[in-house]
Amino acid sequence: MREYKPKGDVQAKAYYSDRFWVAPQLPTFSVDSDEIFAEQSKKINENFEVIKEYIQTGHLVVEVKAEDNKDAVAFFKDELGYNFLMEIAAVDFLEKRGVFEIVYEMLSTTTKKRARIKCCLRENQALESVNDHFRMADWSEREMYDLSGVKINNHPYLKRIIMPDDWQGHPLRKDYPMIGDEAAQWYEVDKIFGKEYRDVIGPENRDQARVDRFDTQRYSKIKHEVPKGAEFSDTKTDFGDYQEKDGVFLVTKLKKEDSVQLKERR
Amino acid sequence: MAQHKVNYAAEGGLPVVLTTVDKLVQWGRSNSVWALTYGLACCAIEMMAAGASRYDFDRFGTIFRASPRQADIMVVAGTLTKKHAEFIRRLYDQMAEPKWVISMGSCANTGGMFNTYATVQGVDRIIPVDIYLPGCAPRPETLQFALMMLQKQIRRESAFRALKPKRLV
Repeated sequence: MREYKPKGDVQAKAYYSDRFWVAPQLPTFSVDSDEIFAEQSKKINENFEVIKEYIQTGHLVVEVKAEDNKDAVAFFKDELGYNFLMEIAAVDFLEKRGVFEIVYEMLSTTTKKRARIKCCLRENQALESVNDHFRMADWSEREMYDLSGVKINNHPYLKRIIMPDDWQGHPLRKDYPMIGDEAAQWYEVDKIFGKEYRDVIGPENRDQARVDRFDTQRYSKIKHEVPKGAEFSDTKTDFGDYQEKDGVFLVTKLKKEDSVQLKERR
Repeated sequence: MAQHKVNYAAEGGLPVVLTTVDKLVQWGRSNSVWALTYGLACCAIEMMAAGASRYDFDRFGTIFRASPRQADIMVVAGTLTKKHAEFIRRLYDQMAEPKWVISMGSCANTGGMFNTYATVQGVDRIIPVDIYLPGCAPRPETLQFALMMLQKQIRRESAFRALKPKRLV
């Protein structure tokens, strides 16, 4: 039997890793290093329980509790003037820390500043929808629900947005295998022909590098072509022309010796 | 590509004795293969180029149609996702017999570089394919050549052979 390996982090694993490679870290700065951010941070701290705050790549990053997410977004919009919600994303840290990291990326066109609200969500915890404050959140939250399986409360239409409705699993989770689980690998066959057709069609060939020159079922060696499935032969084959030897009625054939190469463009 | 075996020799795909009527009918068919526009990804750009004035598909009698009911061949140009697989099968079923399929480009042939959960690993898992066209993306000349080879293949077939399902029906 094959050795059991935990699969919780399977997507994150690389085939090859350099022992001496150190992942680059972006430098972080204190919020006091920027006037506007320092002032905003004071206001945030008065209203919310802030877990972490710092400045990274010119963004104010504030981590709040997951229960405060909607109030925090509303506060950033109404009090701090961040009038754009650019992006919502969920990052899977279930294996490492048991949480999803939810990121709200915001932009203020008046102060020309960007801010990021972060919150950590446990796997079975539901997130409050911010659709009331930003209509943009509608699709972003659906995407989050679809690909990461984050549950959203009070969303107007929580339905898968990218994957088909009858899809199983959430592909952007780290424990979802890159080539798909069993349901994914047979999805189109099951849906179109039914499960009993799996035997007829056969499993997917996922090994991209495998080429067997004697396998005439799936490959054919150039200049040694034989009919599909026939015995491999070493003798050279004549591939033939695109037209029959004696020509086709009313269809003129281009002969190489008749073609002229123009020296200059007409 | 799918692993199931197809015996072309048994299903009337290979040399048969031809009559004059066969020749006439298949001459007509081979010079008016209307194609269903099926651009799925970047290969569609090459397919459109093959249809446009420089390469000019019209001179082969191939005119792109927007309806499967008016089409004879389906040029599957691009990556087929699993979400879309159902629709390609439905459109294929709506095409009137006789019908042929050209699988254009690596993605349509084998899934290509998309070795992922969301891509069908070769359209021949869903619909029977007559010509596999390699390339990423194939040049318009390659598509022209594929079409000419298909025309040659059509001329070789018997016009009145019983319409046997190729496979996967």
